[in-house]
Amino acid sequence: MAGSRSFNTRRLHSLLGVIPVGLFLLEHLVVNYFATKGAASFDNAADFMGNLPFRYILEAVVIFIPLYFHAIYGLYITFTAKNNTSRYGYFRNWMYLLQRVTGVITLIYVSWHVWETRIAAAFGAEVNYQMMADILSSPFMVAFYLIGVLSAVFHFSNGLWSFFVSWGLTVSPRSQRISTYVTMGVFVALAIVSVRTIFAFI
Amino acid sequence: MSDKTVKFLIMRQDTPETAPYEEEFELDYRANMNVISALMEIRRSPVNAKGEATTPVTWEMNCLEEVCGACSMVINGKPRQACTALVDKLEQPIRLAPMKTFPVVRDLAVDRSRMFDALKRVKAWIPIDGTYDLGPGPRMPETKRQWAYELSKCMTCGVCLEACPNVNSKSDFIGPAPLSQVRLFNAHPTGAMNKEERLNALMEDGGLASCGNSQNCVQSCPKGIPLTTSIASLNRSTTFQAFKNFFGSDRV
Repeated sequence: MAGSRSFNTRRLHSLLGVIPVGLFLLEHLVVNYFATKGAASFDNAADFMGNLPFRYILEAVVIFIPLYFHAIYGLYITFTAKNNTSRYGYFRNWMYLLQRVTGVITLIYVSWHVWETRIAAAFGAEVNYQMMADILSSPFMVAFYLIGVLSAVFHFSNGLWSFFVSWGLTVSPRSQRISTYVTMGVFVALAIVSVRTIFAFI
Repeated sequence: MSDKTVKFLIMRQDTPETAPYEEEFELDYRANMNVISALMEIRRSPVNAKGEATTPVTWEMNCLEEVCGACSMVINGKPRQACTALVDKLEQPIRLAPMKTFPVVRDLAVDRSRMFDALKRVKAWIPIDGTYDLGPGPRMPETKRQWAYELSKCMTCGVCLEACPNVNSKSDFIGPAPLSQVRLFNAHPTGAMNKEERLNALMEDGGLASCGNSQNCVQSCPKGIPLTTSIASLNRSTTFQAFKNFFGSDRV
């Protein structure tokens, strides 16, 4: 007996959210931050990432397969929950709800984002500073990107908290409380990075 | 007798299949009333607030001192035991409803069989029966006994299942209470001899992995059992157990 399928799937879901999807998110935010140093700097970095060897294999193994496995299984988890924050308004119960809400928003946002950049690139569009500046020239898209990116960053940070619980790294109430502070610190730091990046395109 | 009264809004249901309905009751106030004594008052003269004769309200009770878990119900929106719900400390009208996570038998009485089935599933006992006397088991340090006593306070009342967003009709999650019992029996020196059986049972469908960390259980437990600490600790144990199961181990 090596555990049931649902045990292994759930643990895999937890792992993939951090490695590699979470690591990819960090890499993506860091590379995009070049936009704050000007269009040429961003184009240079995007060019480097876009011309990495084994690009399609890297994209599939590090990004798309784990990302969509995490997303689709996450949807299943979300829809088997019966949220009850109105009756039990505890902090962690709100975080539980927010984790599910931001997960769904992130999935919608990321799918649109992939369509608008990677799929567009496959049809001949060039992924560069100008592309993002054009997308973010509409105030609606700025709002959509802000909500989407902040959801993704929150989902990652709070997901780190539950990753630590799910694998048994933080067991005692005190360690879980400290982990809440640390992961919320991660959220604030990443939120600053991502909002600054978005405004660098406007 | 003062003319002070107490109002109750009770969610009633005549059979497991029929639709629930709400009925209002108004009783004379007495000092130090609790929800059970109020329900007994209604049973003595089953007349609703409109003055109509009605059937007495059905509920379960046993110990009347919050150790058996039988009288659990949703009181003013929160699941708890009716015996320790003092009328003086409750906002009026006092709303009573059954714990809907469980099948309703009648009115406020629910069927908590699933919890006892879950305890069987995770082997929440210590097997000591045999064909000959095995002698005394290993001793337990006193500090550990005191710690384990807290976990042993679980009365299978069902409040943690009612509060858990992952225990519902769409999910097969067994709930927090039986998980914590695995930790209790695995911590016992004799129980530890069958540790792996219980951990493997927890790794079945609807087991430990179905927890979503909303932590409502630990906030709601009337006995203050550290349920989420138990869950996180079992997460750690099952992580090791999963590796052992997959790769094998030379540890006996």
